[in-house]
Amino acid sequence: MPEADPILSMRRISKSFPGVHALDKVDFALQRGEVRALMGENGAGKSTLIKVMTGVEERDEGRIFLDGREIDPHSPHEAQELGISTVYQEVNLIPTLTVAENIFLGRQPTSMGSLDWKKMNSSAVAALDRLNLELNVKRLLSDYSLAVQQMVAIARAVDVSAKMLILDEPTSSLSVEEVEQLFAVMRMLKAEGLGIVFVTHFLDQVFDISDTITVLRGGQLVGNFVTASTTRVQLIATMMGKELKELERGPARVASPDAPGAESLIEIKGLARKGSIEPFDLRLNKGEVLGLAGLLGAGRTEIANLLFGIDKAEQGNVSIEGEETNISSPRKAIAEGFALCPEDRKSAGIIGDLSIRENIFLALQASKGWFRLISRKTQQEIAERYITMLSISTPDADKKIKELSGGNQQKAIVARWLALHPRFLILDEPTRGIDVGAKMEIQNLILSLSREGISILFISSELSEVVRCSQRVAVLRDHVKIGEMSGDQIDESAIMHYIAEGAR
Amino acid sequence: MKASKFKRFMSQGNVGKLMWSVLALALLLVFNALFTPVIFNMKIMDGHLFGSLIDILNRATPVMLMGIGMTLVIATGGIDISVGSVSAVSGSFTTVLLVVYGLPLAYCIVVGLAVATFLGFWNGFLVARVGVQPIVATLIMLALARGIATLFAGGQTILFSNRAYEFIANGFLFGLPFPITIVAVVFVGTALLTRKTALGLFVESVGCNPVASRYSGINVRSIKWAVYVFTAFCAGMAGLINTSNIKVADVTRSGEGLELDAILAVVIGGTSLDGGKFSLAGTIIGALVMQTLTTTILTRGMPVEFTRVIKALVVVLIILIQSESFRKRMRNLVWRKAHEVAS
Ligand SMILES: Nc1ncnc2c1ncn2[C@@H]1O[C@H](COP(=O)(O)OP(=O)(O)OP(=O)(O)O)[C@@H](O)[C@H]1O
Ligand SMILES: [Mg+2]
Repeated sequence: MPEADPILSMRRISKSFPGVHALDKVDFALQRGEVRALMGENGAGKSTLIKVMTGVEERDEGRIFLDGREIDPHSPHEAQELGISTVYQEVNLIPTLTVAENIFLGRQPTSMGSLDWKKMNSSAVAALDRLNLELNVKRLLSDYSLAVQQMVAIARAVDVSAKMLILDEPTSSLSVEEVEQLFAVMRMLKAEGLGIVFVTHFLDQVFDISDTITVLRGGQLVGNFVTASTTRVQLIATMMGKELKELERGPARVASPDAPGAESLIEIKGLARKGSIEPFDLRLNKGEVLGLAGLLGAGRTEIANLLFGIDKAEQGNVSIEGEETNISSPRKAIAEGFALCPEDRKSAGIIGDLSIRENIFLALQASKGWFRLISRKTQQEIAERYITMLSISTPDADKKIKELSGGNQQKAIVARWLALHPRFLILDEPTRGIDVGAKMEIQNLILSLSREGISILFISSELSEVVRCSQRVAVLRDHVKIGEMSGDQIDESAIMHYIAEGAR
Repeated sequence: MKASKFKRFMSQGNVGKLMWSVLALALLLVFNALFTPVIFNMKIMDGHLFGSLIDILNRATPVMLMGIGMTLVIATGGIDISVGSVSAVSGSFTTVLLVVYGLPLAYCIVVGLAVATFLGFWNGFLVARVGVQPIVATLIMLALARGIATLFAGGQTILFSNRAYEFIANGFLFGLPFPITIVAVVFVGTALLTRKTALGLFVESVGCNPVASRYSGINVRSIKWAVYVFTAFCAGMAGLINTSNIKVADVTRSGEGLELDAILAVVIGGTSLDGGKFSLAGTIIGALVMQTLTTTILTRGMPVEFTRVIKALVVVLIILIQSESFRKRMRNLVWRKAHEVAS
């Protein structure tokens, strides 16, 4: 790599946590006007490298240079003042403040010593405008979807006059159009001479936007590539340290959906809740994988939440094996053999201060009641089984879950629900933030669970996943179920057309 | 490797924090050994152990009891500032029923504890069911319970003389003051109940992330409700000890301000006010720290008015030292200063 005048260069950066070498003598450089993708499996050290760059974590050794001068930021605030703007993997905005307040948190414009609301709101509108986003900046952040919140975080970062911008998995909850919006902004900033570091697990996006790629594996630098002269296979092989072929050998979709003798497990009639989903019917057979497709905010998560008793239905009914059942809380749903792996890992998934082990057996324990504590030995066995099965990268099961990398946290939450051995499993974006290899593993797992007779409701923004796993796909648009596709009808473009135009 | 293992051990929140509170207690004792060695004097009379240390242990028992309950409340992410007043209620009911109505002591105690526990039930109802903020719900109770205690006693301070009742605070068992046995039983019982069943896990889970806990099938409401009931029960027992100790049901002052000591004991013991992981043993040590402080101040002959100020200072210090980010910041500061000097 020609090292002509980099904005940022990092030399021999090391950082370890108890039991893990998160970074091991890593070199990293970023040029002006360059988008550099930072790639690697879950737990490879991407987020840690970024945290070291921005002073969130202190490095054990190594030096950092910005514009040729050595820097040593001790907080994100310091880094930002130096010109390094960052959107972290876990969005750290405050839902109970307004959009404008979130954008200017900690650096609110003041006039004569008091907060200048007018100026703050108008600057916020301008900052969002730059992302082609139109929001009511006076509304609470929590009024908006996760995707929009993510965009607000980006607006917050790019608003500052910056030399470089770091985006740690910014697209994992964005829709296709939103990703395009974001890319447009990135191209614009790039043209202005900013350097951009971009972390993602989506290969398409890497090849779409990046100029160069840096790959980490197990905390070590394993490769620098120029995107234009690199192939996917090469990239994946470098990330995983093995050939992709081993992975793709997963089984194909299982039997046809309406195979004679298919027993129905769940029958939904006219279920609805105002503002979240219009009345819909849905049937799910035993051992069937039913995909839910639709844009973000189309009502997929809402269906999941109704079925799991998180939200209460206002009309309609659900019968399980022919018997009408009233599911009014997650507890009742679990008692019926349901499980829901929720979309929002941070707020509805992880119990941050508890260990991986505790997080994994938590739902199982709750279903057994408080009195009969699962023995320590069994807890450990369960945890270890899933740590191996989902290749969760951790030194041991007693590490706090919040100390895992984002993708590994997601795997541990998936494990929590698998450990329940449900007969009906709802997976709401289970592969969010998960690396290519593990994604395949989870898809394979879905297929093998369905072969064991478990029914699965599968929600994913990645259509290719839905297509690969589902025997039937229900399509949603604007909180209405507009139709179903099954068997050979299911392919990506057909689903996209359906979403856009409805049935033909 | 060894060093990193140790670091890991220390960084496991509770264990690390527990070490710091043990250290604080040890420092306090060393301070006393140097300046007020009398505090370590101990003698055995009639097979009973006497001395300042025993005294500290004994006097700390009401705060320990309240602290045990408070630990669980705080672990669920709540707080109960009514324990002082609630403790006055059990004292008031038991004494009035005994002295004014002449009922048998056992009956009076059961009723006293039951009434206190019921007040906790009400707290739990407001917090878990209605969704009132814990500090608001228990602030109401702080006033209400004091009112109930005073009303029931007819606004009077009631003296009593009853050997059995006096035994609660002044009797000896196994050579030690009886309250120590009470605390030991409650402590061991609570520890077993929380650690040998899944209750402790659920309490921590609810305190750390109530939404995710609900998704996981934990009955968040019941857990929250239960801890307030239990805390009030503990406060009730503390009230009996307080009343028995001075042989007077002083309804306007009994237990006043103890909620602060209990909360501080919990915090010093390493349980975060944010909820989540808790340590019952830490709370016991925290209560000892608080009481040792008080005793130290008194035996050094400082005016009582100083107690609170000094307590506050020491507590702030301990909490700062426990805070990882504070230690990190201090290290940075020292490191940079050293650099500046060097260059
Ligand atoms: N605060 C922490 N305490 C202990 N270990 C940590 C901490 N933060 C990160 N680690 C460990 O460091 C390693 C690298 O984590 P990092 O978050 O950098 O991975 P990543 O490449 O960003 O993965 P992902 O794709 O899942 O986000 C992981 O093994 C993780 O468990
Ligand atoms: Mg990461």
